[in-house]
Amino acid sequence: MNRLADALAPFALIALLLGAWEAACRITGVPAYFLPPPSAVAAAIVQDLPSLAAAAWNTLAVALIALVIASLTAQAVALLVGLSPLIEKAVRPLASTLQVTPVVAIAPLVLIWAGIDHPERAVVALAVLVAFFPIFSGAVTGLKSADPDLERLFDLYGATRLQRVLRLRLPASVPFLLEGHKVGAGLAIIGAVVAEFGAGSGGIRGLAWRILDAGNKLQTAKMIAALVVLAVMGVALHALLDRLERAGLAWWRGR
Amino acid sequence: MTVASLETVEVDYPRRGRALGPFSLSLEAGGITALVGPSGCGKSTALRLLAGLEGPTRGTVQRAAGRGETSVVFQAPTLAPWLTARENVALPLELSGVPRKTARAQAGEALARVGLKGAEDARPAQLSGGMAMRASLARALVTNPRLLLLDEPFAALDEITRRTLADDVLALWRETKPAIVFVTHNVEEACYMADRVVVITRGPGRIAGEVRIDAQLPRPAGFRATDVFRQASEQVSSLLAAGAEMAA
Repeated sequence: MNRLADALAPFALIALLLGAWEAACRITGVPAYFLPPPSAVAAAIVQDLPSLAAAAWNTLAVALIALVIASLTAQAVALLVGLSPLIEKAVRPLASTLQVTPVVAIAPLVLIWAGIDHPERAVVALAVLVAFFPIFSGAVTGLKSADPDLERLFDLYGATRLQRVLRLRLPASVPFLLEGHKVGAGLAIIGAVVAEFGAGSGGIRGLAWRILDAGNKLQTAKMIAALVVLAVMGVALHALLDRLERAGLAWWRGR
Repeated sequence: MTVASLETVEVDYPRRGRALGPFSLSLEAGGITALVGPSGCGKSTALRLLAGLEGPTRGTVQRAAGRGETSVVFQAPTLAPWLTARENVALPLELSGVPRKTARAQAGEALARVGLKGAEDARPAQLSGGMAMRASLARALVTNPRLLLLDEPFAALDEITRRTLADDVLALWRETKPAIVFVTHNVEEACYMADRVVVITRGPGRIAGEVRIDAQLPRPAGFRATDVFRQASEQVSSLLAAGAEMAA
């Protein structure tokens, strides 16, 4: 009974808020271009479902491509850094500087470099940029996370540097890599959306472009509809990654 | 024959200062030596010197037992969580170039010797504390070491498991007779397992004295009730007390 109540509580709150919103719109008669009622948003979602789904897929595809590229490059660089303390010292400040620079600020520059004919490349590149860091720092931390006593045993048994990386440090870093990929995937979506905004109408016709486009036409219900789809996609992706992380950890630990 | 020795070694750490020494200790083949002393007396440092995991600041370390002939068991089981018990035990062999199949077969035998037959494919998370410690012991024994170093190996276990494991270690010792050095702060455990108990003063560790226990190894049943055991325990305890005063 309690568990049922726990599960229903958030939905009850959402229903309550939507009800209040709907009532407020009807009572005050606020114009729909300013604040459409939830019923109008729902109608917009139903009406535009095929094109919304296509837009969602465009954004998701960019985020997933970016995630793959970010994953490969971040782990490769982390491995180099892990092999040489000197490389780490060289890379760290540069990596931190790039990390704290807002992706919105870099977007116009990347759009120029990608060329006016290929805004989709810029969007992918920007999403890669934001997804890179959590995976990179997860990998760097993970490679150093092995039990110091296990490191001593590898000393004792005269392990080579390669053996140490392949048989100790890489497997020890798995939990950190899983966490890094979870965060990175979430950020890849954000990066893709921000980059779409930056690219404007010429960019990928994803959800952010839908929001911009509807905004320009004052179709507020469509704006909110795109936002709702974006939120649902974010929640679904997060839930999926959470599950993947837990399954991965269970496999790593053997239960 | 001497397996390893420390000759007037001293170990200084950058911030903490002197951790050990001057300290001399010579280990005979097949002997079981207990290093007893208060926490922070440098027992574990002495063990790392004997293992060759660390070098002394001054003095010399002689090691007749080379790489691959020395094994260490730490306070925690220190098993890799992503490997099965068998894979963990096979690791030292595989790292030194033994083919995987042979290594895993020998690992299976080592696990059977410590009483873990049937648990070969379990992961460390599925083992109890005592079982994990046994797997760790199997990993140390799989290379047939001439020198086996145990750093407070039973400290985290309950009393019953400790006693069983102490008997098991002695039984295993009888098979190949490696020189064993184990660190403990438990006087009873030291006198039960060792034929030589070396008492170390409060840090920086020096030798406060040593007690030889001439009784059959492994110990006969009821050894803890004998006069030999009781006298040895008293001697070690008074050396510990004297060691604490020496440092103070």
